[in-house]
Amino acid sequence: MATLIAPDHPSPVEDAESLRKACEGWGTNEKVIISILGHRNSVQRKLIKQAYEEIYHEDLVKRLESELAGDFEKAVYRWMQDPPNRDAVLANVALRHVNQDYRAIIEIACINSPDELLAAKQAYHSLYKHSLEEDIATHTKGDFRKLLVALVGTYRYNGEEINASLAQSEANILHEAIRGSTFNQEEIIRILGTRSKAQLNATFNHYRDEHKISITKNLSGDTKDEFLGALHATIRCIYAPQKYLAKVLRNAISKTGADHDDLTRVIVRRAEKDLKDVKEFYYKRNSVPLDHAIGKATSGDYKAFLITLVGTEGH
Amino acid sequence: MALPEEVNALSKSFSGFGVDEKTIITILGKWQPEEWKSFRKGCPFVFTEDDRLFEKWNDEHIDLLEREFSRFKNAVMLWTMHPWERDARLAKEALIKQNRSYNVLIEIACTRSSEELLGARKAYHSVYDHSIEEDVASHIQDSNRNLFVALVSAYRYEGPKVNDEITKSEAKILSNAFKNADKKNPVEDEEVVRILSTRSKPHLQAIYKHYKEICKQTLDEDLEDGSSLKAVVMCLCSPLAYFSKVLNDALKSGVDEKTKVALTRVVVTRAESDMKEIKEEYNKEHGVFLSQKIKETTQGNYKDFLLTLIERGA
Repeated sequence: MATLIAPDHPSPVEDAESLRKACEGWGTNEKVIISILGHRNSVQRKLIKQAYEEIYHEDLVKRLESELAGDFEKAVYRWMQDPPNRDAVLANVALRHVNQDYRAIIEIACINSPDELLAAKQAYHSLYKHSLEEDIATHTKGDFRKLLVALVGTYRYNGEEINASLAQSEANILHEAIRGSTFNQEEIIRILGTRSKAQLNATFNHYRDEHKISITKNLSGDTKDEFLGALHATIRCIYAPQKYLAKVLRNAISKTGADHDDLTRVIVRRAEKDLKDVKEFYYKRNSVPLDHAIGKATSGDYKAFLITLVGTEGH
Repeated sequence: MALPEEVNALSKSFSGFGVDEKTIITILGKWQPEEWKSFRKGCPFVFTEDDRLFEKWNDEHIDLLEREFSRFKNAVMLWTMHPWERDARLAKEALIKQNRSYNVLIEIACTRSSEELLGARKAYHSVYDHSIEEDVASHIQDSNRNLFVALVSAYRYEGPKVNDEITKSEAKILSNAFKNADKKNPVEDEEVVRILSTRSKPHLQAIYKHYKEICKQTLDEDLEDGSSLKAVVMCLCSPLAYFSKVLNDALKSGVDEKTKVALTRVVVTRAESDMKEIKEEYNKEHGVFLSQKIKETTQGNYKDFLLTLIERGA
């Protein structure tokens, strides 16, 4: 469930005018920006952008970029992007990063629906004049490349039909592949990179029933091996995405200096989707409500904006 | 006694490429038992006399005739479907063991535009409750698997922008991979798979040009005839030449069903896109009009239907 709280029928024209006033004159009224944009869904934000452009002949996002700064500016910028464009940009940034953080790509490929992934790929074509697959392929090698390209390239069947005996046989293949003396990457990549989510979840469930241990536990914890790390993230994103995201948030918050990129990415991407479930997992695991933890780890307008998106009904 | 011309005409209408419905109706409709008797005795490839002196209809000929009667039906059904459903069904059929036909898969994955291939994948979901990539991955177990899964999953950038430096270096990469084919099968080379399955078509065509400059041979000339890589390269870089060749092979005499059936497939799937250009290429390559060749080689409603399709938007 979403955490975003937005009114049913706000007026885009009024919002545009209020935002304009907040940017005019000396200084910027960040509180107004947060209280409006932090309570609008993606459709409403798009209408505000259009209204602002029509009235003031200026790009609202460019204006905000010039008025705001730091993590707050980055977060608002991400928030204002159309979801497919946002995902395309996040994927591109992940590839160009010095230590290539593939986790954003796995989140986009595995947590989004097949049609959302497709929209992100279409946006990527327009923005970068390349396909996402070709850019991932040129920046990676070996099995890691095969896995990522497969995850991004697949257009999974999105129905609920599953084949129980197939789930059984593929659970065994995965078990053998993981525990066997030869780690059979080809089969793992084939199964994870082509089967529907419903089929994969049936497979993971069967794995747990058959071997009395969840498949994610069978993959060793944090690992330096790029491929294993990606594999682990992939399975968790498909099997228990909200639990996985709660962990990403915890790691982001507990790092010295806190990883604001991860924090912003997860919150901005999920506030309108399933951030509520993520919050519940976070609280269960850490005994601290997410908004409290964010409050401790961040400050200023950035903190205020995140907490608005996360919501504070508390547990 | 049946007239020899009628015997000839009937056996021709029974045993060609398609069936000549009009001739069948005229002759069969009026023949009396005497004429039938002489026909059965006079056509050993249709009827065989056993030691009980009974002329039975050959099973192979019954199969052949059933197939030839179906050609028009199959063409109509394929034509009636939405283009996306056509490709989905053709792809599925290409994966079934007895009909295993990599070339059809390659054709669909590589000659369609990005949006057409995407549409075929959506249609595949609807018709088969699976994704095309999961079926390709689970049905193909040999060294071609990675390449084929990558090809059917491709969603290529379709703009014209191409980076000259990169196309030059990738032409070199391909050239090295093909030259070392005896040490490592290029179809399993991950750089070959990467380039062929992710790059845009304009990019690949630029690679094709650079390859010729470097190697004095074209990409496909350096590949083995009948190999899947050769078909992939031809489909991606010179689809008109590819289709012209497939049509020409289908119209040769004495070829097997897999080769013949391509005539229906290519005509039906290209009639609404590049059939005009394919006809020009065919004429250039073979010195005869495609329509002429089809008139000479096929018969009946099947022939008429094919001719109508290739004349669309002429």
